[in-house]
Amino acid sequence: MNWLKNKDTLYGFLVILPSLVLLGIFVYGFILQTFYTSLTDWGRDPAQALSANPQIRFIGFENYRELFTGFVDARFRQDLVNTFFFTLFFILGCLGVGLGLAIVLDRSPKGEGFFRTIFLFPMSLSFIVTGTIWRWMLQPQGGVNQLPTLVGLPKGEFAWLTSREQIWQVSWNDLPFLTALVVSAVLVFIALGAFRNGERRRGFIASGSTALLLLWAFTLGRTLQPLPYDEPHGFNLAFIGIIMAAVWQMSGYTMALYLAGLRGIPEELREAARVDGASEWQLYQRIIFPLLAPITLSAMIILGHISLKIFDLIFAMAGADNAPTDVPALLMYLTTFRANQIAKGAAIGMILLLLVAAVIVPYLYSQLKSEVRR
Amino acid sequence: MMGRIVQYGVLFLATLFFLLPVYLVIITALKEPSAITLKDTWRLPERWYWESFSQAWTAFLPKLQNSFFLTIIATILSALLGSLNGYVLAKWKFPGANIVFPLMLFGMFIPYQAVLIPLFQFVRDIGLGGTLWGLILVHVVYGLPITTLIFRNYYAEIPDEMIEAGRIDGAGFFGIYSRIVFPLSVPGFVVVIIWQFTQIWNEFLFAVTLVSSPANQPITVALAQLAGGEAVKWNLPMAGALLAALPTLLVYIFLGRYFIRGLLAGSVKG
Repeated sequence: MNWLKNKDTLYGFLVILPSLVLLGIFVYGFILQTFYTSLTDWGRDPAQALSANPQIRFIGFENYRELFTGFVDARFRQDLVNTFFFTLFFILGCLGVGLGLAIVLDRSPKGEGFFRTIFLFPMSLSFIVTGTIWRWMLQPQGGVNQLPTLVGLPKGEFAWLTSREQIWQVSWNDLPFLTALVVSAVLVFIALGAFRNGERRRGFIASGSTALLLLWAFTLGRTLQPLPYDEPHGFNLAFIGIIMAAVWQMSGYTMALYLAGLRGIPEELREAARVDGASEWQLYQRIIFPLLAPITLSAMIILGHISLKIFDLIFAMAGADNAPTDVPALLMYLTTFRANQIAKGAAIGMILLLLVAAVIVPYLYSQLKSEVRR
Repeated sequence: MMGRIVQYGVLFLATLFFLLPVYLVIITALKEPSAITLKDTWRLPERWYWESFSQAWTAFLPKLQNSFFLTIIATILSALLGSLNGYVLAKWKFPGANIVFPLMLFGMFIPYQAVLIPLFQFVRDIGLGGTLWGLILVHVVYGLPITTLIFRNYYAEIPDEMIEAGRIDGAGFFGIYSRIVFPLSVPGFVVVIIWQFTQIWNEFLFAVTLVSSPANQPITVALAQLAGGEAVKWNLPMAGALLAALPTLLVYIFLGRYFIRGLLAGSVKG
């Protein structure tokens, strides 16, 4: 790159500098400030919360300790569990619906463009519009519950957005242990894959970490008791409706990703497999699905970070303070701007950031690394 | 034969799933308030009641104007800045550009709850609290990562030889941009403008926290408030939802190809 004369590179740098400064302040500066705020007691004293020059004291990680182990913050812990289940079913739903539609459309039915337009149009809507529509669809006495009566069946009785029913309950005290088991399972999976590909070093690291983690889980993890009592948390059935609306809105996105992927698989590859006597099912199972795996991973990460941040959809569908459908992103808003518990709201925001970063940072790293290699 | 039946069966069911809500919105918006009962949710209106739309139009017109004002200015500013940034990152890499770029990109994925408290104070302290200009500033800044990304990937396709040729003709950094790069940018601008227009029009979290007075509300906040009120008859929120959806929907219908390109660019490599 010798042809870069200094003056022009300097201009380039000066042109991008304002953007860098702005993002530096608005992203990293503000994150640091939120982190500092989360370590204070701002808002604990209601009189101080809204004063022009509040007296703020540093209290360390007290807000975080309360969120995870304090008696009053049980709602936050249920919100984390809600986010987990919402993310899980939202991703599964979008991948399933998107893949199914992409496979059907890939076989070039009549009116393909028309169907594609229909399946993708919700992507252009605001979550607020979607939420408003589905709020009306899911009224307990009408909408979806009335659909069975159109074909002569009795009407549905489920209280879509307000149901207090909860299934798959586990105690908060068992969560460290259960989390360790799930992570171990993932690590075992990674280790097996690494050994199969002949990456021995990676395999040993993964299986070594599994052993350590399991050791911890069965010794310390078992006895770790964040709360002095059992606090059950589970999957709130009120989320089913939210998941349906979210899948309605976002599965077109996975369809578009998968369809682009399917169209990129050369026809000769399919022909070759058919000539070798593979059935349609074997063709998909052995050749097409493995080729789509990277797309699935990207889609999971993009959808996962959307679902961790989900806010507007639930706000519009169920309201900000409908407890059965609460998530941390909403609780942060309520805690900070309605209850004026500013420091605690900041702590929830930071936890949310950590969750999203855990998903996004490795993704950005791998995407940009492979780009450099290209 | 079986395959065909299954194929069209799946398409039929999926179309039903995607279009039922649309049917419900339209018929509910066209019913008289007294004719909207939960039991007859799905029945067609006996009399078309167009007043819902004129009422929603009167109630929402100022909010639609706010949304247009905010969205158009923020879209244009973030697109122009993104174009310049993308040009620098694609063709004039300064030392450290490879570190700065991912740090910029991270900004488009963060949950804004992690910056909302200082952001709220900052916008208030510079005197833009509660105004549309405050919201515009915020949308421009947080729009920079995606607009920069799309333009950077777009400009990477322009051959270095063309830049080189411009240099030989004596053009510098700005000359090459205005005479070679910018004229080639139209498709890039279309993708970015459509993407930003849709995102900013649809945005809710910043709007609901940074703008408090009803006079400055964008349409999303007004719609959420209207539908959230319990006593309301549903014809009005449904007509309002249609009005709020129309601008982005029209963009999607007429420029869908570019919309999808922006969509796929969001997964970084594009």
